[in-house]
Amino acid sequence: MSVFHVKHFDVVVIGGGHAGTEAAAASARMGARTALITLSRAGIGVMSCNPAIGGLGKGHLVREIDALDGVMAKAADKAGIQFRLLNRNKGPAVQGPRAQADRHLYRAAIQGALNAQNNLTIVEAEVADFLLNNGSVGGVVLADGSEIRARSVVLTAGTFLNGLIHIGADRSPGGRMGDAPSLRLAARLGDLDLTRGRLKTGTPPRLDGRTIDWSRVDMQPGDTAPTMFSFLSAAPSARQVACGITKTNDNTHDIVRKNLQKSAMYGGHIDGVGPRYCPSIEDKIVRFADKSEHQVFLEPEGLDDHTVYPNGISTSLPAEVQSAYVRTIVGLENVVILQPGYAIEYDFFDPRGLNPTLEVRSLPGVYFAGQINGTTGYEEAAAQGLAAGLNAASAALDKQQAIFSRTTSYIGVMLDDLTAKGVTEPYRMFTSRAEFRLSLRADNADQRLTPLGITLGCVSQEREAAYHKKAALLSKAKIVLQSAKLTPREIEAAGVKVSHDGVKRSAFQLFAFPDIKIAAIDALCPEFATFPPEIKEQLSKDGLYAQYLDRQESDAAALKREEGHLIPDDFDYSIISGLSTELKQKLKLHRPANLLQAGRLEGMTPAAILLLLAVLRRSDRKYATQ
Amino acid sequence: MDTIFAPATARGRAGISIVRISGPDAHNSVAALCASLPPIQRASMRKLVWEGVQLDECLVLLFQADNSFTGEPIAELHLHGSIAVVAAALNALSQQPNLRLAQPGEFSRRALENGRLDLTQVEGLAALIDAETEAQRKQALRILSGAIGRRAEEWRKKVIRAAALLEATIDFADEDVPLDVRPEVLDLVESLIVSLQDQVTGAAIAERIRDGFEVAIVGAPNAGKSTLLNALAGRDVAMTSEIAGTTRDVIEVRMDLGGIPVTMLDTAGLRNSSDILENIGMDRAIARAELADVRIFLLMDEDVPIGIVPRADDLFVHGKADISKSAIDGLSVSGVSGKGIPELLEAVCAILQARVAGATLLTHARQRKGAMDAIFALEAARTEVELGLHRTELAAENLRLAIRALDALVGRVDVENLLDEIFSSFCIGK
Repeated sequence: MSVFHVKHFDVVVIGGGHAGTEAAAASARMGARTALITLSRAGIGVMSCNPAIGGLGKGHLVREIDALDGVMAKAADKAGIQFRLLNRNKGPAVQGPRAQADRHLYRAAIQGALNAQNNLTIVEAEVADFLLNNGSVGGVVLADGSEIRARSVVLTAGTFLNGLIHIGADRSPGGRMGDAPSLRLAARLGDLDLTRGRLKTGTPPRLDGRTIDWSRVDMQPGDTAPTMFSFLSAAPSARQVACGITKTNDNTHDIVRKNLQKSAMYGGHIDGVGPRYCPSIEDKIVRFADKSEHQVFLEPEGLDDHTVYPNGISTSLPAEVQSAYVRTIVGLENVVILQPGYAIEYDFFDPRGLNPTLEVRSLPGVYFAGQINGTTGYEEAAAQGLAAGLNAASAALDKQQAIFSRTTSYIGVMLDDLTAKGVTEPYRMFTSRAEFRLSLRADNADQRLTPLGITLGCVSQEREAAYHKKAALLSKAKIVLQSAKLTPREIEAAGVKVSHDGVKRSAFQLFAFPDIKIAAIDALCPEFATFPPEIKEQLSKDGLYAQYLDRQESDAAALKREEGHLIPDDFDYSIISGLSTELKQKLKLHRPANLLQAGRLEGMTPAAILLLLAVLRRSDRKYATQ
Repeated sequence: MDTIFAPATARGRAGISIVRISGPDAHNSVAALCASLPPIQRASMRKLVWEGVQLDECLVLLFQADNSFTGEPIAELHLHGSIAVVAAALNALSQQPNLRLAQPGEFSRRALENGRLDLTQVEGLAALIDAETEAQRKQALRILSGAIGRRAEEWRKKVIRAAALLEATIDFADEDVPLDVRPEVLDLVESLIVSLQDQVTGAAIAERIRDGFEVAIVGAPNAGKSTLLNALAGRDVAMTSEIAGTTRDVIEVRMDLGGIPVTMLDTAGLRNSSDILENIGMDRAIARAELADVRIFLLMDEDVPIGIVPRADDLFVHGKADISKSAIDGLSVSGVSGKGIPELLEAVCAILQARVAGATLLTHARQRKGAMDAIFALEAARTEVELGLHRTELAAENLRLAIRALDALVGRVDVENLLDEIFSSFCIGK
């Protein structure tokens, strides 16, 4: 019998990183009594890697989080000290907002948001174990033996699971530098029926900005008209700064090459798999030996912080080698390293053991979010936290699940990729992962997801009102555009090139014309001109892609058809003799629920899918005739 | 899984008839009929006995699953080619448990389902079985060997490379990727369009090799077209008479011209007429002759018959060479005497052989549609690339459509392919 006080909540969230904070806030917004348990209250909202939010794919995720009233976008807007819209020279579907963030401002903004959140209690403690009852979760046990009861538990353990930090040949257990790893909880999870893998990630040395010769490096200012993350933000609030850009050279590469054996990565000390898209400087020099220079972005960590994050030279070389190679770089000749770069290895659990709601299949009531699922990046973690928090609360309150589809959100793309396909390297979002990229844009994230948020009950009245107002204006302006039918002569009079085919075109169709300007449409359709600029802007983007969206809709239908080809749970893959043994084992292990999921398994070939489909149809017939 | 069986040779009297059995019980079913099973892949004589009655003494040939056409255990009975023997063997097989008569195409279907053949190879196999002429045989064999799949794979690799170049500039805008990949993308797209266009152009010929070329004999009434057709066919297929306008409907004869399948068409004679029936016949004649691959204009005098414009490869021959005194240059033939017939056949054959040389792999409308869709998407991608960087994602979208169209030939592609290509080519990451 426990002598400790037992607390009761609907949802417990373990971990105060980007996944944990978003999960806790989402759960509380749903109306669930939520406890966020973290080792250190002060650590909530800390950016442990580079001081930036957003980017390509990632910026899209932040917009989607905001569309559901999440905390990341607004915090990034408050903390942003340099805003840039990436891919400005390309089309709107692939433009991603990004901002350098002041670490202190960001942490303060996140903590402020959580403190102001109703239904949310922050508990400073270490979780030692789950409370189990009849095969599902009933809460958690803390290190001091006390219990917290809850119907759902979200685990966002980050890199703290069996974390191992490498600097050269030195290694020490830990998550982020200086944080204690949760070894007890890791051991407990080891008993569960979950497949475990090991990944690695690296960080660059942190530099003292006062010892950088800024006059010798190029400076990159932010955009003159900053693009904010939140649909409800108007302008940056922090002072804006520029970032520096310099590059490595032959001397840098020589030093790295000579010391490769001392690198944790190349000295054979690390087993984990690292991401291909974020290689260490060691990797870059070995794999791309013909390149004589690599870009290094010098990113300030804050307005009142001298720390500079040199993006592009993550490493696990010994500290003295880091110091030597960094000083070969232009502008960094006399730089002082505040904290050496390091590589960290950590465990993750194969996310194919999760439902698309991120619930652990073998332990109902427990949800995993963030790096524990094999992803990398703040935005990926936060988006999972959001999805897990919503679903944990839904389950605890007996509400409808929050289901995200590949066809309508990057969050849906990520959840489907993770739970159906799994990961072989730390998973990062790219726009090319989204087959419906032209419709999943940063500018229409609210149109795609806020209605879901309203249905779920996780968005504020302010956002709901803003959404309805915008949606009404959009549909009104679209009708205006579509009903304005113009002859080629009228169109040409407005300075737009068009073929004289006698076909009338709607003003909406004109947005698909190359180099069309909104001003030209204003001239052709005076009623359209009266709408607010942001409404006109979004319709111009809808119009640009309209013809492709029709085709994408038929693709989406094809995708749904594949989803409809259900594979029976007891399906015998051994009868398909044309499949390789490896594929058969993979299918048997992961038991895809339908043909779409099967197609996403790593190593599946078109021929293998065709075979599977053929055999499925054959057994369908057999079932039908029985 | 059922074990299936069926005669593998045509029904009727022959030297031997083969019955093929495929499925898990294939070998057992033969064991039930003879004293001992022969070693795998070694043809051996066995007495087949069912319910105490000897059915035949025949060759038995067994294959294991990993070495058989269908990917299942197979047994073949090489029986004496008698209708009664085959019927008795089929009857004996049908009485065994788990055995049933195969449905049409079921052996090939199992080969497909077991990964022995891809979709285009199955189409090639069907064409090979149907092949009547040498050109058809050669074409079917090329497809059966998986030539389309290999070619589609080359195309796919190129499109994926082009797409990866564009995707790299989209997803890694801030990083160490080449700034302007458009020249390389345009090169790739251009060469793909040319290569696909070649295939589509040749596809019509390939389809002709499969289904046969059509050669129409046209001319004025009573020019001797039907007589010529009969002479070409070597038998009486068309009714002939001295009365002008005897032929009303289009008459077809299939023949093998030097390995090329040809359907020779005899058509109604063309003249101004007020006879309703004759006019219908002439309309049909003109319609079929327009669609034919080659027209043989059978002339009595210098006039080209009304209603049809000759094309480059068409032949002009002078008819009734046995009685005519005309001195027109060129070929003169007589269906009655046989004069000039070998020369005419040789001339038709030479024209068709030149066309056959241009044939490509795409023999089916389905395959040609995939190639044409891909060309359409690639052309759109080229336009978008040329319009500028701000349309990059539209170019990329069209390349995706091109990949999908090519996949319709054999299968599908995954985004991971793109990422693999990106990562193996560039240094990504800062």
